[in-house]
Amino acid sequence: MDDQAKSMMDKLGLDARLLGMIGALVVIWIVFGFFTDWRFLSPRNFFNVSVQTASVAVMATGMVFVIVTRNIDLSVGSMLGFIGMTVAALQVQWLPSVLGLGHPMIWVIAVFAAILMGAVLGAAQGWVIGYLTVPAFIVTLGGFLIYRGAMWWVTKGQTQAPLDPVFRLLGGGAEGTLGETLSWVFGTVAAVVALAIMLMSRRRKATHGFTVKPVWAEGILMAMAAGLIMAFVWIMNSYPIPRGAMRRMTEARGIEYTDGMVWNHGVAIPVVILLAVTIVMTIIATRTRFGRYVYATGGNPEAASLSGIDTRLLTVKVFALMGALTGIASIIASARLNAVDVGLGTLDELRVIAAAVIGGTALSGGAGTIYGAVIGALIMQSLQSGMASVGVDAPLQNIVVGFVLVLAVWIDIVYRRRAGV
Amino acid sequence: MTTPLVEMKDISISFGGIKAVDHVSVDLKPGEVVGLLGHNGAGKSTLIKILSGAYAMDTGEILINGEKATINNPRDARTYNIETIYQTLALADNLDAASNLFLGRELVGPTGFVDDDAMEAETRKIMARLNPNFKKFKDPVSALSGGQRQSVAIARAVYFNARILIMDEPTAALGPHETQMVSELIQQLKAEGIGIFLISHDIHDVMELCDRVSVMKNGKLVGTVDVADVTDDDLLGMIILGKKPGES
Ligand SMILES: Nc1ncnc2c1ncn2[C@@H]1O[C@H](COP(=O)(O)OP(=O)(O)OP(=O)(O)O)[C@@H](O)[C@H]1O
Ligand SMILES: [Mg+2]
Repeated sequence: MDDQAKSMMDKLGLDARLLGMIGALVVIWIVFGFFTDWRFLSPRNFFNVSVQTASVAVMATGMVFVIVTRNIDLSVGSMLGFIGMTVAALQVQWLPSVLGLGHPMIWVIAVFAAILMGAVLGAAQGWVIGYLTVPAFIVTLGGFLIYRGAMWWVTKGQTQAPLDPVFRLLGGGAEGTLGETLSWVFGTVAAVVALAIMLMSRRRKATHGFTVKPVWAEGILMAMAAGLIMAFVWIMNSYPIPRGAMRRMTEARGIEYTDGMVWNHGVAIPVVILLAVTIVMTIIATRTRFGRYVYATGGNPEAASLSGIDTRLLTVKVFALMGALTGIASIIASARLNAVDVGLGTLDELRVIAAAVIGGTALSGGAGTIYGAVIGALIMQSLQSGMASVGVDAPLQNIVVGFVLVLAVWIDIVYRRRAGV
Repeated sequence: MTTPLVEMKDISISFGGIKAVDHVSVDLKPGEVVGLLGHNGAGKSTLIKILSGAYAMDTGEILINGEKATINNPRDARTYNIETIYQTLALADNLDAASNLFLGRELVGPTGFVDDDAMEAETRKIMARLNPNFKKFKDPVSALSGGQRQSVAIARAVYFNARILIMDEPTAALGPHETQMVSELIQQLKAEGIGIFLISHDIHDVMELCDRVSVMKNGKLVGTVDVADVTDDDLLGMIILGKKPGES
């Protein structure tokens, strides 16, 4: 990179890692686009990839905190399955027999139950790790086996389906979206909020007399942020709902269906959930004491406790948060499939860890960003979907993903060494 | 006679079989600098870590302003206005100077969120006093030199209006000019009535800055003397031989 480009990047304040990840993503999309007659770059595919990324990405944001504090959580895939099965049984068997089938509170109870269950299971693991000082690797390896077994016991291995119709919307699909109009509203609000945050931060820095980015750089960044958000909404709003689903939906809303009628999907609800989780987790990471302590503890546990941080309690909180996010991911995953079988969540722990690590989270602790993990999940899913769409069979897919993981971490190590961090 | 700021009475602690501190008593008055001397592994850091809440003592008691104090963790120590510069500096390497300075006591805005800009502004102010050459406010402290890191640790202890200051080899990594500035700082804090425990291996510094000196050897207290009554050689004798001057 020549000096001029470098100084421009410095002014924009974009770091090389973020650009690298976005670059990798664009390359993946273009390569698979090329081999699929650009089908890979269709609104339909972007919609599907966005929905398929959501569950793993939600968990990856929590895994960032876990890894930053020098821990690991191998149990999230099994925990997702266990929660999914329990909550499915709740909807299919237990609640209908108490409240009656199709009761409007079923999905609300199911959602709360999933998140609460995750938080409790996570906190329990965190307690064993923090207070009994059993290494996280062992505790969560135990959890990995325990939850998968417990999942079977919930229903003696029986698949649970179909799920509550409202609950199902949380997994995406033709009905599980914001729809066109709401998507535009959503995009506009998101863009305005993003611009407001950038302006406010600039003003705050200026009042302290710090140097701020040049106006042109800030302008470019703001245009990029707003542009990306609106482009995403536009793509999601260009994917027409298939005819069968249209008939169902028009009927449900009492509208007469005609042949020329076109409705588009819009932003999927799991993607909205993912965005909300990403924003909340980013705020926690960068603007709360808890987040600061997570990073401090990862950087130097001894210094953290000498500064009065209760690192044991912090471990419990981090794992409880990871569990709650696994609960949310479990809702998305089970709702998307509209069924839970005993295989739900298998290998997800590895996808989640890989997403966090590809996104720049250092296994040595102390470093990692939430947006990085989300982009990491998107890269993983794009690779997997791309290979599936060009007909690469599953074993070869795993081999490729394995190589990419190692390659990504190696590049990251080289980058860190160069940047001296 | 004024009540001592700190009295550590009959303090002991052992790690496994090792008696790191063995029935040691020291005290500190307002506006006084007490030096702690001793060979490597004598137990100096361990003793002050009990006062700063990092370790729990096996026996003994701590009085602050004549009243029994309960210090179970570093937070307790902070409520007694005890601030510590650790020998290891105790910095989170991945965070910047401001985050380290305010670690555990972050400034928050009206909405309860951490206010990084305000913390950076405060950090700039105090660093301008302690180490005007310091410019790396945006970098993680891992990117700082040993001396720069030490200035951050000193700034953290000084910023929060300590009444009792513990300095464990605060100038070990500092250049001559920065060391001079820390000496001036110690004299200024002393004039403000702050009590300081100063651990150092530099007998010359100790003679210059301290009012009294306590010498430790193998976890035991050799003795406490007024610097006015002893020479450099007397102190050296106490450290090496473990005997007070005049003892045989
Ligand atoms: N956390 C610990 N666990 C086990 N032993 C320890 C621990 N901390 C200190 N010790 C032991 O206690 C003794 C006193 O150590 P301490 O660090 O207090 O020495 P010191 O006087 O500060 O030495 P130095 O001048 O080298 O800093 C040493 O023998 C050391 O090995
Ligand atoms: Mg020491």
